[in-house]
Formats: sequence, structure tokens, C-alpha cells
Amino acid sequence: MSNAVVHADIHGQAHAAHHPALRHHFDTMGQQKEAAVIGMWVFLLTEILFFGGLFAAYMVYRVWYFDAFAEASRSLEIFWGALNTAVLIGSSLTMAMAVRGAQTNKRTATINWLILTMLLGCVFLGVKVIEYAEKIEHHHVPGFNYQWAPAHEAAPAAEGVAAEGHRKLSLTPEQLQLMTQIYFSLYFTMTGLHALHMIVGIGLMSVITWMTWKGKFDREYYTPVEMSGLYWHFVDIVWIFLFPLLYLVERHT
Amino acid sequence: MLDKLKIPERHYLNNGHSLASWLLTKDHKRIAIMYLISISVMFFLGGLFAIGIRLELATPQGDFVTADTYNKFFTMHGVIMVFFFLIPSIPAVLGNFLIPPMIGAKDLAFPRINLISLYIYWIGGVFTLYAMIAGGVDTGWTFYTPYSATGSNTNVVPTAVGVFIAGFSSILTGLNFIVTIHRMRAPGMTWFRLPLFVWAHYATSLVQVLGTPVVAITIVMLGVERALGFGIFDPARGGDPVLFQHLFWFYSHPAVYIMILPALGVQSELVSTFSRKTIFGYSFVAFSSLAIAVFGFIVWAHHMFVAGISTYAAMVFSFLSFSVAIPSAVKVFNWTATLYKGAISFETPMLYAYGFLGLFAIGGLTGLFLATLGLDVHVHDTYFVVAHFHYIMVGGAIMGYMGGLHFWWPKMTGRMYSEFFSRVSAIMVFVGFNVTFFPQFVVGYLGMPRRYHSYPDEFQVLNVMSSAGATVLGLGYALPVLYFLWSLRYGAVAGPNPWRASGLEWQMQSPPLTENFVETPIVDTEPYEYEHVVSREKHLV
Repeated sequence: MSNAVVHADIHGQAHAAHHPALRHHFDTMGQQKEAAVIGMWVFLLTEILFFGGLFAAYMVYRVWYFDAFAEASRSLEIFWGALNTAVLIGSSLTMAMAVRGAQTNKRTATINWLILTMLLGCVFLGVKVIEYAEKIEHHHVPGFNYQWAPAHEAAPAAEGVAAEGHRKLSLTPEQLQLMTQIYFSLYFTMTGLHALHMIVGIGLMSVITWMTWKGKFDREYYTPVEMSGLYWHFVDIVWIFLFPLLYLVERHT
Repeated sequence: MLDKLKIPERHYLNNGHSLASWLLTKDHKRIAIMYLISISVMFFLGGLFAIGIRLELATPQGDFVTADTYNKFFTMHGVIMVFFFLIPSIPAVLGNFLIPPMIGAKDLAFPRINLISLYIYWIGGVFTLYAMIAGGVDTGWTFYTPYSATGSNTNVVPTAVGVFIAGFSSILTGLNFIVTIHRMRAPGMTWFRLPLFVWAHYATSLVQVLGTPVVAITIVMLGVERALGFGIFDPARGGDPVLFQHLFWFYSHPAVYIMILPALGVQSELVSTFSRKTIFGYSFVAFSSLAIAVFGFIVWAHHMFVAGISTYAAMVFSFLSFSVAIPSAVKVFNWTATLYKGAISFETPMLYAYGFLGLFAIGGLTGLFLATLGLDVHVHDTYFVVAHFHYIMVGGAIMGYMGGLHFWWPKMTGRMYSEFFSRVSAIMVFVGFNVTFFPQFVVGYLGMPRRYHSYPDEFQVLNVMSSAGATVLGLGYALPVLYFLWSLRYGAVAGPNPWRASGLEWQMQSPPLTENFVETPIVDTEPYEYEHVVSREKHLV
């Protein structure tokens, strides 16, 4: 057709001894893996901007209604938040161990670490359920008969009561009712979306566990394990930001 | 030689004839064809609402439909055209079909995700069509709060869900293109040998991947506010409706570049091919696409000059908005320089390219009027704005899409359409477009606001011109359906390279094999080397 292009049979060579997981449109396993890794990072970039919109909204209202945010933040239990942070960081470790297991072709270890990671994810979600139930009980869910009660009634945390009791607020109860509702709108949207990502992650890991069980992975091909790991670490990191932003607004007083 | 051309025995279209062989395909070309059919349906659906709008505006009284219905007309027109036609148009159809062969690949990096993106698009479309059938939505395609969150009693949530879902189709397409361009290039296909069409799609994909999630989360916030009663944007509950506008335009301004950048890419291919010359200033054209994508993210507040943002912010955004003109002008000047002393021919795709050049220039220059703070306050929300963005989106994006479709149709189907009717159609589109939208600049400058179903008598002449032009424009768009369908059966066999173009995609047979190339091509020449093609022709004579 043209002298601009010459054909070479590199396609044929790549087929000589190819891995069963190699898709037809890739030449080598290396190329296939690089594509997956870049794709995953681009996806995580998308996720960052997805949560970014919420963080932007949070930033605006935190600056506008700082006192109300601090007040509402005190109604959250630091204990549960801190526990969940520890649980998630722990699950990142177990996830990393699972990836390591896959990399070194240790099937049982991979499966055990994956199951442990899922269990920790469930613990996190369980704690979240306890926290949500407490919020529902106190009418702290915006739109559903929302009622802001003063912090010392809502949060019986021993270390918090003294400080909060002395705090002078310049806001009227009506203002507090309005502004804390914005805080909780953001709280539920942010933690809700985060929890949704956790659920997706646990679903992903059950599939990966099953695939590992079936022996789909080896030293050359364990990309899905690694990609789930990246996703899981991302979900952890989002929480690392959510915890201080939501639980620790002016807690040092 | 021409009479010897035959449709090859084996190609992607006859590789399986069952419905499942289409619906479960991972072939980027078949997915592109399914996108082509889907977005064409959406285009004519959106066009129906445009007909409704133009009928209503033919007379000054609001006599064709009620004000409420009119609100739904322009909203549905906008939602369908923006989210379900313009944004997927060139990337999902032409980009999907052409990026792999242009870089010498067998498929996109993630064929399954490509198919999933089509299904996501369909699901989003179903939600939006449901909203339409259930009575429509009247917020305008911009969904401004607080009206959309608390005021409107129309189907805001189903429409918003549809747009939200369709957004992920766009994200996945962009993600796939980025990875494909990074990792699937054939040996020798360096970054600076990529066709400019690919560069334009790379820039587009960046915007899709970085912008779309922001509108997605904005819609989530709108949804929880409307459906669950959360308070984020409602001023009555301490929220900030302007924050919604910031978040919305952070995506929706760059979305304009999702629509226009691929068209700029098509334009580079057309201008080069039909003037038989290497593109002038290749790297400038390539980088100007990236520059437009980057600048596109820092100009959004020019939609909000009268929304109560601070004067200083408005001044900064006004200045930044001007900066987009620089890379855009670089492109226009480079195309002009490419044409200079070229061996220009006027086949249908080139007619569209010429149309594009003129209309994009007018659309771009009136954009500068609107970026000017003082003038924008005067013409904000008038028909001047409507005319401006239609010059970019219809005169730019759709002209590019039509030009590209006519250019690559022989590659996609293996057959030529009627050159006569396609030229007639191209001329009708150009004339019809200008008669429709140029009067809107005038009537807008005279003060006619957008989104009203009645208007003072003195604007009638210009509005009737607009409605008359829209008729010609509509017929111009309908005609290709006929001759394209005709060509599938009766069109002359095109052969692999009917335009004697230089790109790698023209090295494939037409229609291509499912695997595109028999063997992975190795590229050893620079892009757009028409000297080779020209010298070979001379040799043949």
C-alpha cells in the first residue's frame, strides 16, 4: 500500500509462548500489566476529583459556619472514629500482605490475608452502623425530622463535657439548627459515599479471593490482586482525610 | 483500477451476524457503530425539541405551547444534546473506531470496559428518556439550585440520575483512550508521530477524566438535597446556591472542550489531507490541544459574572478566559498556513472543514465579547450567548463530527456515499446554520433574553429568520441519513484509501478486519508526509 509502513511479524513471535491470561490485543504480559496500572491510577484520579467536589463544599461551609461545625463535630464519638481509623490502617497492611502473597505465589497466605482484610472492612462498616444508629436516634439526620440538641446532651463523652460546658457560643439555637444541619448533610454524604466504596471494595475482594482459590494467579499474573490493593488503599486514604475533617474540628479546646 | 475494487471477503462487519455478536462484542469498531446509531437517535430526539422551540418562537405570542411546556422543551433539548449527543459524539464514535488503528493497535487497552461504557450510556439514556416520557423536566440543562433542589415539581431526579450515569460512560471512554495512547502504540509510533486527531483525543480524555467526576458529585449533592431533604445548596437552609454553580461549571465549562477538542482534531486531519500538505506547526497544534484542556479548567466562573461573585474574582476569570483564545487561534492560524499553497480539493469532508473554520472563528471571537466583564453583564442570558455557544457546539463540534463522519465513512463501511447529495447537504447545513444563529446575535444584542416563550413584536423578523434557517438546517441534517443508508447497499466500493490520505488507518482494508492489521505495523516516517503520496501519484501518471 505505502512505503510509510513496513510490516514485521512481531505479533507472531509474541504468540510463541504466551500466558493464558494474555489478552489477544496485547503483545506481552508486561504491556498488559502496565496498561492496567495506568488505567487504575487514572481511575483513582477520577475518584479523587469525585470526593474533591465534596471536600470543596465542606471547605466553604467550614469557613462560613466554623463554630457550628465545631459544635456538631463534638457530637461524634472520637473513640469510634479513632477505632475505625486504626481498623482501616490495619486493613491496608493486611491488603499489602495479600498482594505480597500473590506476588510470591503463596496461595493460602493470599487468601487468608484477603479474608482478614474483608473482615476488617466489615468491622469498619459495623462501627459505622453503630454510629449512624446513634445519629438517627438523636434526630441528627438532615431532612428526617432534624433536631439539633446541645452537644452535652447528645454526646456523653466524659472528656468532652467539661470543655463544652464552658464554651460560649455566639450562635442562636435557630442558627445552630440550620448550620449543623449542613454539617450533617456533608457528614452523611461523605461517610455514606465512603462506606459505599468500602462495600464495593469488599465485593471486589470476594471475587479476587475466589479467583485466587481457583488458582487464576501466579508470579507472572496477579494484576487483579494488585489493582484491588490500590483501590483499597485509596479508600483508606479518603478516610484518613475524613476522620480529622469530620471528627476533630477544634477538639483541642 | 477503480472497477477492480471489491469489498474484502472478511471484515469486522461480517464477523458474526447474530444480535449477540453485536451486543457482546469487544471490538472497538462495532462498539463505535452502536454508539453511532445511539447518538444519532438522541440527536434527532434533541432536534425534535429544537423544532418545538423554533415553532414557538416563530410568533411573538406564546401561542404554540404554554410557558411550562416551553421550559421543558429547551431543558430536554439541552440535556439530550449536551450529555447524550455532543459529549459522546466524536470520541465515542470516531475516536473509538479510529484511535486503535491510527496508533497501530488491535484494540483499545480495555475492550470490555469500552463495551461497559456503551451499556452505561444506554442506562443513562433510559433514565433520561423515562424523565422525558414521565412529563419532562424544566430546570434548564444547568439544573441551577435552589430551583432544581426545592422549586421545580418536574422530573429532576430521574434526569439527574441519567446524566450522572452517562457521565461514567464518558469517564470510562476517556480512561480507555489515555491508557491506549500511552501503552498501545505500534513500534515506531512515537508521541510526535501521532496523528493530531489522537493528540486532540488525549487532551479531551484528560478533561473527561478530571472534570466529569466533579459534576457527578455535584449531582449527588443535588440528589440528596432534593430526594432526602439534606441542605447543601438551599439558601433557606443556610446553603449556598452559587456553590452549586461553581461546582457545576467546574465541569460544564471544560465539557465545552470535551465537545470541541475532538472536532479540532478532525479538522487537522481534513485540512492536511485535502490540501495535500504536511500540517503546519505540528507540535504547536498538538500542544495547543493540551493548552486548551488546561486553560479550560481555570475559566469556569465566566458563566457566573452576574451571579454575585466578587468583582476581583470576576476580573481574574475574565482575564483567564481570554487566554483560551491563544491556543485556539494557534490552531486556526496553523490550519490557514497549511492551506496556503496547498493542492486544495473540495470533497464533502473539506466543505465541512471550511464551514468549521469560519463558524469556529465567529464562535471563538464572540466568546471574547462574552469574556469581557462589562459586555457580558450587558448580554448575559440573552440570545447573544445562545448564538455564541451554538456557533461553537453546532458550528464547531457538529461540523467537525459531520466532516469526520463523511471522511471516515468509506473506512467504516467500505462504500462511498453520493458526493452530489453530500455536498448539497454540507451547503444546506452551512447556510441553514448561519441563517438560524446569526440573527440570534443581533436579537440578543438588542436585548432579547433566552428561555422565554414570548417576546416583543419588534424581534419577530429576526426570530422568523431563525426559524426558517432552522428548517434548512434540519433538512441538511436529515439528508445524510438517506444517502448514508443508501450507500451501505448501493454505494461505490471505496477501497482502502479513497482520499489518498497519509494516516495509518488508511493502510487497513475497508471495512477493516476485526483485528485491524494482519501484522502489527512498524512506523518509520513522520506524520502527514504527503510528499510521498504526491510523488507516488506523479510516478503513476
